[in-house]
Amino acid sequence: MALPPFQAFFDDHRDEVLGFLTALVGPSDADDAFQETFVAALRAYPRLREDSNLRAWVLTIARRKAIDLARARNRRALPSDDLPEHPAPAPPDKQPELWVAVSGLPERQRAAVFLRFAGDLTHRDIAEVMDASEDAVRKNVSDGLKKLKETFA
Amino acid sequence: MNLDIEKALRGAAPTARGASDDVAARFLRRASDEGLLDVAYAHVDSPLGPLLAATTERGLVRLSYLGFRDEDETLQKLADDVSPRVLEAPARLDPVRRELDEYFEGKRSEFDVAIDWSPMKDFQRRILEATAAIPFGGHASYGEVAERAGNPRAFRAAGTALGRNPIPIIIPCHRVWAAGGKLGGYTGGLERKRTLLELEGALQPELG
Repeated sequence: MALPPFQAFFDDHRDEVLGFLTALVGPSDADDAFQETFVAALRAYPRLREDSNLRAWVLTIARRKAIDLARARNRRALPSDDLPEHPAPAPPDKQPELWVAVSGLPERQRAAVFLRFAGDLTHRDIAEVMDASEDAVRKNVSDGLKKLKETFA
Repeated sequence: MNLDIEKALRGAAPTARGASDDVAARFLRRASDEGLLDVAYAHVDSPLGPLLAATTERGLVRLSYLGFRDEDETLQKLADDVSPRVLEAPARLDPVRRELDEYFEGKRSEFDVAIDWSPMKDFQRRILEATAAIPFGGHASYGEVAERAGNPRAFRAAGTALGRNPIPIIIPCHRVWAAGGKLGGYTGGLERKRTLLELEGALQPELG
């Protein structure tokens, strides 16, 4: 039950964290958010409880860093700037237009939809990551899905 | 339609694979720059098989025969004994790798890399410090090492401490023999002990 060496933790979660951040802030900012996420994780790691859910823990940090980054961007953006209100779309994989639509969802729905479907997390784990109730994240997922459905109807 | 979208979402996660090697390298630099890299490790090839070397800011903390103990186990032990902030950072181990290469090429008889003694318990540390003082080409018995460590009757405990030497080769526990000129045991297996002693000229190569 001891904490695994950080390298093993990093290797287990780095692809998923990068994917999550790409969905949250877009590919050009995902790298910076990734650095902030894992530096914060490394800093706190020795104090972590040994029975922690490491995956939910690192996704929680990632989401906070994504929110911080988006806030910093918004503060810097002057009204005259033509920065997009929403992040750039995720890199086209198989369903580019679908992930463009996801990136247009409100932040909580975007995160919940990614974690539920791409990450296959339980509602309970999503609730932990998003620091919300299970009911709230169920609603985030279903609202997000509903909007996507309307987009592609 | 709802189901189709769910299926598409599952199948089309933006994982950005491949790109993650660059971000991983950038992360390692950040971790190092911010002083968060408590234990850096690397793989080192040697004539005795693959080794895993690990260092802290203070100095070398581990040199393991990977053929003897598996990598996951070795890294987990480092995480438990030293710090869980363990990352693969080969550049940090370049000096160790260079000295080991020179040693195995017969161009070096003493190691200059610093050793981190701090994770060792007091008695083990005294035994291993006494061992580190045995010169290249020489040897001592378990009893002699125990005596030099200040406890001549503790030769059995000396054997145990040597058997748990975290940095073989560089802390030369192969230079500690059993009484009567017998080689005794070795953490990496007796064949490795023999090879090291032959390299140092302390033992004649076996014939046949």
